[in-house]
Amino acid sequence: MQNYLLNRRYVVTQLLKNRKNSLIINGLGGTCWDVASLGDNELNFYVWGGMGNSCMIGLGLALSQTKRKVIVITGDGEMLMGIGSLATIAVKQPKNLSIVVFDNELYGETGNQKTHTGHCADLSGIAIGAGIKNSSIIKTNDQLLSLSSNINLIKELTFSQIKINNEEGSLVLPIREGAYIKTRFRKAVLGEAILLE
Amino acid sequence: MDINWPLKIYEVLKKNNIRQIAYVPDAGHKSLIEFCQNDKNMNMVSLTTEEEGMGLLAGAWLGGEKGVLLMQSSGVGNCINALASITRACNFPLLMIVTMRGEWNEFNPWQVPMGKATEKVLSALDINVVRCEKAEEVQDTVYAMMGLAYKSNCATAVLLSQRLIGSKAFKE
Repeated sequence: MQNYLLNRRYVVTQLLKNRKNSLIINGLGGTCWDVASLGDNELNFYVWGGMGNSCMIGLGLALSQTKRKVIVITGDGEMLMGIGSLATIAVKQPKNLSIVVFDNELYGETGNQKTHTGHCADLSGIAIGAGIKNSSIIKTNDQLLSLSSNINLIKELTFSQIKINNEEGSLVLPIREGAYIKTRFRKAVLGEAILLE
Repeated sequence: MDINWPLKIYEVLKKNNIRQIAYVPDAGHKSLIEFCQNDKNMNMVSLTTEEEGMGLLAGAWLGGEKGVLLMQSSGVGNCINALASITRACNFPLLMIVTMRGEWNEFNPWQVPMGKATEKVLSALDINVVRCEKAEEVQDTVYAMMGLAYKSNCATAVLLSQRLIGSKAFKE
């Protein structure tokens, strides 16, 4: 069994403490509760379904809002389901997109079954192979802080696989109504007038 | 007088500020993809699988841009859960233009079951579907379904029949 140093709630706290007005997309499951645990924010688009598509939502958003920082925070299982999206994203090389994978090597919402990263799959290696040059694996606090201290200022496509232990945080569920989350997010990013178009 | 329907679709997309063009190539979409690629205001996103299009175009809309997904009928099968669990679950607008296989004089029997299921699958997901059999219908249909998508937050699909495509793109 894996025994990594970093705790997911500590990691999400460090990652987003300097988010400023970054736009956040989460993966469904654990990373959704992680993002929600820091408090609600209109610039969070909480993904509750469609497993495998979080990074693609991030891509569409990054291409349409080129001046805003977009951060996707997802889990290893969700990333594996949409693994081809890394190739799609690498072709576009959006400079304002950072993908962060919380990798506990487990399907946490379904009974802690081992994922492929717990066997042999190397996600950051796959990201490099897909064409995301700035891909890394993070296991130590120093490595985490060097990412989190300036995440909102990174101006190239990055992929960070953070190995986390399986300590769970308290269950914090954000709002669930998809149409509301969508419209609230659009209003916050595009201004109230967008609702009248 | 033949109508250049791929050009008509491109003109509708351009005129209505469709910015993100997600596609998995199909021979029937070859000309349209080329028209879009040559337009610097259009952002081409080549997908590894069609379901990536639901995420991409949801993200585009969150950021204020409109898009379209171009694919073949077999790709509709790849999209089912993403259509339900992202597009429909959040009432995202969506415009899909689908070239049909498995119907008019199809030579590959492996294409037939998904071709026959395409419209039923889309209807089961409460997606608005219109089928074009003739070149002269294409422009108005794409325009109308785009309006339904982006004015009324609907998921829409225009199916371009294999008879229509076969009568143009494959012979040229």
